[in-house]
Amino acid sequence: MGFHQISVKVNGNDEVVTVSSNMTLLRMLRESLALTGTKNGCAAGECGACTVMLNGEPVNSCMVLAVEVDGQEITTIEGLAKDGQLDIVQKTIIEKGGVQCGFCTPGMLISARALLNRNPHPTEEQVVEALVGNLCRCTGYSRIIESVQAAAERS
Amino acid sequence: MTSAHPGLPEFDYVKPAGLKEASQFLAQHAPEARPFSGGTDTFVRMRDGFFNPKYLVDVKGLEGTRVLKIDEKEGLTIGAAIPMNRVVAFAEASRYPLLVEAAKSVASYQLRSRATIIGNICNASPAGDTIGACLAYQGVLNIHGVDGPKTLPLNGFFTGPGKNLLKPGDIVLSITLPVPPKGHAGRYIKLGRNRLSDLSIVGISAMGVKDSSTKSGYKFHLAIASVAPVPFIPAKAEEILANNALNTETIILAAQAAMDAVTPIDDVRGSAQYRKFMVRNLVNRAVTEIMQKLSA
Repeated sequence: MGFHQISVKVNGNDEVVTVSSNMTLLRMLRESLALTGTKNGCAAGECGACTVMLNGEPVNSCMVLAVEVDGQEITTIEGLAKDGQLDIVQKTIIEKGGVQCGFCTPGMLISARALLNRNPHPTEEQVVEALVGNLCRCTGYSRIIESVQAAAERS
Repeated sequence: MTSAHPGLPEFDYVKPAGLKEASQFLAQHAPEARPFSGGTDTFVRMRDGFFNPKYLVDVKGLEGTRVLKIDEKEGLTIGAAIPMNRVVAFAEASRYPLLVEAAKSVASYQLRSRATIIGNICNASPAGDTIGACLAYQGVLNIHGVDGPKTLPLNGFFTGPGKNLLKPGDIVLSITLPVPPKGHAGRYIKLGRNRLSDLSIVGISAMGVKDSSTKSGYKFHLAIASVAPVPFIPAKAEEILANNALNTETIILAAQAAMDAVTPIDDVRGSAQYRKFMVRNLVNRAVTEIMQKLSA
């Protein structure tokens, strides 16, 4: 099986990584770069626990090959806070109690941040549509949706 | 130990520099080499063991796969590397409302960042959400094969579940949807197990337009997902809608004809009988809603 050396910008840092053909972006982040905030859930593009931004757009990192992101930019949950300050979506999800076990939270927050980047003032329906690919088995979603709306109001 | 989350099986990732090289490689290594674009279906099927290619050939860098343009004469062309979200966000795609509605119904936003319409077509799943719209808009596939470029109409492209007319070495570069009739209306009704994000139990693509050449004064294109081995066009229902005064009774007759023509199977998402009833009810609903839009 082939190996490839790729250059990728992850959370603003330039990284050079050697990856096998069948390594997913998810595995590269967790195992090569030790960025374990991104979670492995279903490994089939359904649960959204592995959501990261690829050039600003949310993707399921289990559905992207590491070799495909050569020359691209990735943002993971570790890259959301800036200068020691949590992102507003991180602050409001804490305030509203939108975190229970926390497994879905990194992917949920990446989807929420990506939504607010493309649509700073979404309706409730638009928030639901944007988060449909992020499954949460604890909260019942209401507090997560409220937290994204609160983040939109404050930003 | 069996892992609950198996990784991808071993393969070699190949990114050809040019079309000729890509087609030759795929033809020489058929059936061990497989083209892919978004990978959202390919990777799932590889993990599930449905196929196990020795080579995955990335088509996203190839000439002609990154096109997304509208031409006043030729219509809309969508490249194989263009993810569904980009099609939805492309302002000119709003001239093809049925396609936009169908694309938005696929899985989740982040999956649609990768999933492509060409991939949806090449997978040839009877459940493919965007295929019906591409059929209704009379799409034509632009292909590069070992003998160079060629085109194939989408109607007739599907030969069975997961099967199509592509030959070893063929790469679908893009699809062109001709300029749609002025004033047409479309509706995609997807019945899933939940309101958003599921695969379809039944999916109805319907497009209608006022047309003075038919007896009814209207022309309809219908395509139905998940009810036959291939995306299904209920020709008799279309004829009924063209040849009779378009009122509630005619729509009931057309919907019944669609129900009688489909040959669904029982599966985990729904029974064959349920699907048949849903075809009748949802064809009726789709056509009725289009008539309301056309007369608004």
